[in-house]
Amino acid sequence: MAGQAVIELENVWAGYESDRVLEAVNFRMDAGDYVGLIGPNGGGKTTLIKVILGLIKPERGSVRVMGVSPEKGRQFIGYVPQILQTDKDFPIRVWDVVSMGRLKPSLLRNLFLKDEDKLIVERSLRQMDILDLAKKPINELSGGQRQRVTIARALAAEPKILLLDEPTASVDSRSSSQMYDLLAELNQTISILLISHDLTAISTYVKTIGCINRRLIYHGQKEITSEMLSIAYECPVDLVAHGLPHRVLPHHHEEDSYD
Amino acid sequence: MIEALQSLLAYDFMRNALYASLLVGIVCGLVGTLVVLNRIVFLGGGIAHAAYGGIGLAYYFGQDPLLGAILFSILSALGMGVVHLRTKTRSDTLIGVMWSIGMAVGIIFVSLTPGFKADLMSYLFGSLLAVSAGDLRVMALVALLVGAFVAIFFRSLQAISYDETFSTVRNVPVSALYLLMLVMIGLTVVAAMRVVGLIMVIAMLTIPPAVAGLFLKDMKGMMLLSIGLSWLFSALGLLVSFTLNLQAGSVIILVAALSYLAAAGIKKLTTRPMA
Repeated sequence: MAGQAVIELENVWAGYESDRVLEAVNFRMDAGDYVGLIGPNGGGKTTLIKVILGLIKPERGSVRVMGVSPEKGRQFIGYVPQILQTDKDFPIRVWDVVSMGRLKPSLLRNLFLKDEDKLIVERSLRQMDILDLAKKPINELSGGQRQRVTIARALAAEPKILLLDEPTASVDSRSSSQMYDLLAELNQTISILLISHDLTAISTYVKTIGCINRRLIYHGQKEITSEMLSIAYECPVDLVAHGLPHRVLPHHHEEDSYD
Repeated sequence: MIEALQSLLAYDFMRNALYASLLVGIVCGLVGTLVVLNRIVFLGGGIAHAAYGGIGLAYYFGQDPLLGAILFSILSALGMGVVHLRTKTRSDTLIGVMWSIGMAVGIIFVSLTPGFKADLMSYLFGSLLAVSAGDLRVMALVALLVGAFVAIFFRSLQAISYDETFSTVRNVPVSALYLLMLVMIGLTVVAAMRVVGLIMVIAMLTIPPAVAGLFLKDMKGMMLLSIGLSWLFSALGLLVSFTLNLQAGSVIILVAALSYLAAAGIKKLTTRPMA
């Protein structure tokens, strides 16, 4: 299944007038990949996500999602935002959140949830093992449960790519390791791009790793290179703490990590 | 209370006042929930106040003030909506400016119009007891439009209110729906203007959903309870204002505000802190 590019960025420059956040970013992700991108806060992670989703236009360069523009290609992306981005006290139930994954690009096609859509919503809930929470209001859920709801919503869109933004923020370590096991399973059919500042979590589970801090270094490898260190020198703080400045431990369990 | 209401309903103007309260309660419950959940209370206040510009202009040119209010509230809703969609974080400044321009235009044109204009105050502060059959027809039309809008687009409205970004990624026409929602706020302002006045419309939009939101955990329930609460506040307020001979709109708002405080207190006492 490898070989076909699902996300392609060519010489992308993006940011705001006074503050360029992304410089000369080249990135290619193929079908079946499981890529983790790490970077410090303010290193352009959020901007990169917005560029891929077509929410902001790059100043220069081209972005392709499933071979088309991000505005068209994003229908194939299951977007999993940070759970902190949404109001946790919003009066909405799990079922209604997840059925947002079935939203169609026209107001008139969103009047009712069709039976086939309901089946997909149900399947997504079951996949994330939260079918029993369907009727619960989201403000009664734990951080880990809300993360699962957000992933289930993305899965309900039947995506080719799963794009996760800081999936372990405000999730305890046990549910985050469970979540990574689930993602590894999903990766058998879905390409995954995971963006985080939490290197220890990412490096354990992803297939390949890259670094982003204004510029993006990615060679489709699992190891962190000295090139990444020099350009995104803030990334390897976690690495250095582990006493292995140039390489990520191959097997590394959640219990050993600091958080 | 029912008996007291029945005796009041012998009067034509009281019947109209009650019908108006019921219709406006429906509209405010539906639209108010959207306003509160989308955190656009300030924008709602802006639309309400800017509508006064239309009233002033209509007065000056000898047209129906209601027509002017409809036109201005829709235009200001669209204008503020575009500003809000384009600038996001800094939109409140510009909305504040448009809010004041509308008021200023209204006041200038009213003062330029010769003759007696005591009833202009009624647009600002409401005059529930002077609601005419024509006013009721406008309110019924607005209730129909707003009700249909919310019922038809409920799923999409819920989606953009909860997570606008995700809805955009799903290619839901977010901006179009957003502007349509603001136009509905504009129409709601016009309908509620007769009951509580432009200045206090924002209380009618926010207090019932705020009370409902304390107890309910989904948007549909919040809308329905808000409608019920609006009816309750209006009926109580009407009764009190008639008994004590006070201005109806203001009493309704105070009844609503006191109920909110009481509800928030009850909620605080009955909810144990999470372990």
